[in-house]
Amino acid sequence: MTRIQIITIAINFVFIAYIARLITKGKLREEYAIVWCFCTLILIVFSFWTKGLELMSKVFGVFDPPNLVFTAFIFIILIYLLHLSVVSSKSHHSITRLTQELALMKEKMKREEQERNKA
Amino acid sequence: MTKLLVIIPCYNEGNSLPLILEQLLQLNLPAHYQMEVAVVNDCSKDDTKWVAELYPIVVLDLLVNLGIGGAVQTGFLYAKENGFDLAVQIDGDGQHPPRELIKLIDFYEETKTNITIGSRFLAEGGFKSSFTRRLGIRYFHWLNKVLTGKSIYDSTSGFRLFDKSAILIAAEKYPDEYPEPASLVLFSNGGLSIKEVPVLMSERLAGQSSIRNFASVYYCIKVTMSMLFIFARKSSWL
Repeated sequence: MTRIQIITIAINFVFIAYIARLITKGKLREEYAIVWCFCTLILIVFSFWTKGLELMSKVFGVFDPPNLVFTAFIFIILIYLLHLSVVSSKSHHSITRLTQELALMKEKMKREEQERNKA
Repeated sequence: MTKLLVIIPCYNEGNSLPLILEQLLQLNLPAHYQMEVAVVNDCSKDDTKWVAELYPIVVLDLLVNLGIGGAVQTGFLYAKENGFDLAVQIDGDGQHPPRELIKLIDFYEETKTNITIGSRFLAEGGFKSSFTRRLGIRYFHWLNKVLTGKSIYDSTSGFRLFDKSAILIAAEKYPDEYPEPASLVLFSNGGLSIKEVPVLMSERLAGQSSIRNFASVYYCIKVTMSMLFIFARKSSWL
């Protein structure tokens, strides 16, 4: 095992431990953590299995193995960013609806209180 | 009896609000009309809320700033919940003189149009805006013709009268951003009729338009996009 392999494997385990800690503390929802765990797992697999990258490059017809890494990861990151935009749009919509409903409720309560005071 | 709700979306309009409200409350509407005024305070930083609460009106107070679309939609939700027959949007900056509301109501009574828009560009005199703004409006006239098949000159006018079917659609899915031009496509998708009436508008008393730098290409592109997407939703190409 080469030095760089040991370093990457160690970093991967620290990363996975950190994700687990975030989840257990309730700071990260499991549904978003899956992507991160999955990415780390891929990294771990390729850290142990050094021939794997060359093999994959040959399968996809990529001349230089590192290029495959960059292309694949940029693509994954782009898709994940899109997913985050969808998530943020959804929460934006929810906040709008909640704010509106709250305004309507406050008004209703005020009116009922006024009517009660009159009676 | 026709129940009419006047929706006034406000963001920092404490200075211009009293005049509008006084004029509104003194308005002589047709005898069978029952008017209620709802000020939607879109998380203003000034005294808008306190000013509005001095008057015998409904104040809908938003805790989070939602922007013009979300604010007006709150008014529509209120109208839907309380069974209003008509709703009219009047901007809080004093651009829409309340007396001009009579023109919208008269036109509605005559034609029973679903959405009546008070238009700056059909009337003589009154406030007319800058050249670049007129250029933009010309472009939207063309775009509206393509997307809705209707000839609408003042698609950015927020001075509008909505009937019950329009209120129901707007309460459910009023556009968030640039709601004035974008909602036209929405209403047209729903098969509603949209017509314009000439009104006189004055320059805003205070505050800032929600459409700043109308001339900016960015604005035109974003509005065009949102209109196209609402249009595509109906056509179910996507």
